[in-house]
Amino acid sequence: MTSQSVRIIFPIGMLGGGITEETLAHGIALGADAIAVDGGSTDSGPHYLGSGVAKTSRGSLKRDLRAILVAGRQAGIPVVVTTCGTSGTDSGVEWVADIAREIAAEEGIDFTLARIYSELSRATVLEALAAGRVEALEPAGPLEAATVESCAHIVGLMGHEPITAALAAGADLVLTGRASDTASVAGIALGRGIAPGPVWHAAKTVECGSQCTTDPIGGGVLVEIDDAGFTVHPLTDSAAATPMTVAAHMLYENADPYRLREPGGTLDTSAAVYTALDERVTRVEGSVFEPAAQATIKLEGAAVGGYETVSLVGIRDPHVLAHMDAWLARFAGELARRVRSHLGLEDGEYDAELRAYGYNAVLGALEPGGEPPREVGVLFRARAADQATATAIAKVANPLMLHLPLEGMTHLPSFAFATSPAEIERGASYEFVLQHTIAVDDEGELFRTEYEEVHARG
Amino acid sequence: MARQTLDEVADLVRAKNAGPFWLTLDVFLPDEQSYERVLASDVVDPAVVARLYRTSADAVRVFPMPALRAIKISFPRPVTQGSFADRDMHSGQQHVLLAAIEVPEAIPAASAS
Repeated sequence: MTSQSVRIIFPIGMLGGGITEETLAHGIALGADAIAVDGGSTDSGPHYLGSGVAKTSRGSLKRDLRAILVAGRQAGIPVVVTTCGTSGTDSGVEWVADIAREIAAEEGIDFTLARIYSELSRATVLEALAAGRVEALEPAGPLEAATVESCAHIVGLMGHEPITAALAAGADLVLTGRASDTASVAGIALGRGIAPGPVWHAAKTVECGSQCTTDPIGGGVLVEIDDAGFTVHPLTDSAAATPMTVAAHMLYENADPYRLREPGGTLDTSAAVYTALDERVTRVEGSVFEPAAQATIKLEGAAVGGYETVSLVGIRDPHVLAHMDAWLARFAGELARRVRSHLGLEDGEYDAELRAYGYNAVLGALEPGGEPPREVGVLFRARAADQATATAIAKVANPLMLHLPLEGMTHLPSFAFATSPAEIERGASYEFVLQHTIAVDDEGELFRTEYEEVHARG
Repeated sequence: MARQTLDEVADLVRAKNAGPFWLTLDVFLPDEQSYERVLASDVVDPAVVARLYRTSADAVRVFPMPALRAIKISFPRPVTQGSFADRDMHSGQQHVLLAAIEVPEAIPAASAS
């Protein structure tokens, strides 16, 4: 054991999910040195990066940010929020910074704010591509310049380095653009000079808050990290951090359960040993960090794939449900014919799809099948180069969704539409198009930090 | 002898995205015996997993984790997360195909002969 350690509160998996003042107070009573929380993820899809708009509502984000900012100021400890605004675009950082300034005025608190931006211009990425500094990650192929040109937004995933630098410069609140889930805890602990093996493993363990405990929706955890290992303390009485729950989190949302790549190297947990200190607290030792020969920054980019319109209809008629495959096939054939004749569009000029919820909508072609269901919700989706065309296709589909009989039926059935109008315009539909890295000489070189003194009164 | 599926043998079978381009399946077993039993079954055969998920066996990575009595299986997502053809944004329901695999009874130790 060593005398040097750092204690960090990680109250929740995502800022805006509902942090409680009680658990923060509990963590501070345990001697917390900092509060860290993640503000985003790619897990809800490409829309948030593509549009630069957050998934979380302003109200819930402000509520949670107020809780950690007030607790942090009272205790005199820094607060780090990574991947602001769900995707970490510059607009996401600005959005959270504005809310922080508002809270400062309302609560009468002062602090030094660091904003770390991670959005990259297309020109920056094209330059790196031309210089041979871009590599593909499996399963992507080599990056094409046209793919970069198509991106609405591109962000680089920062590691700990810019966060460590901002804390060293005296920031009380650090708001970052896109960062790896582990960057906040690592940024705090590596800045204290603690060994990287325990730091990165601790960071990965607590990145979803209570998920590494027996109560995944509990009030978060406090992690204490030193040079030999780390210890996880749950912050709610209902939760226990057991060797099993702590070790299991290494598997979560991670393709390889032992190895985790960060910008400067790879965490290897294959030799880690998990020991229960008591019924609720677990200690981990033996994790190793292997520095990489070349530091790399992973990229995320989202491009518009088209504009989408959807309609939802319910089918309850058991005669139709008994022959769903035939009905769906007839629909698809009839739709293609009508879109061609009514709108003059060929197959490759648009996308249209039926998803029969209750029948095979989730697994699609992988569905092993079964009995006819009691009812089926048929979601129709059309995507085209512009919104008007997508809606026109949905309008061509409308009479089929309302009335399409099975072959041989001598009457027109009418199905159960969910909404009026039936067409719901979804706007731009984005896709993730980058799975690549940029080689860098310095882990901080793609990121920009701006400091600001925020005062209670303007 | 009663037939059992992975779902019946395991404590938990779950699926999730590992980023927008990878899908990962986690299997947690209750004891050493069931862990060994699943390790000897089709569940960890990349060819079986590839057939089930209509992907290439070469892309399937299987990680036995004896200390946790867990098995992890990962492969590139057949369709990119959130693209037009994606039916499961978080890959949250993709475990059911693996969970339905039949797991044979453990073969008794060599003393049986």
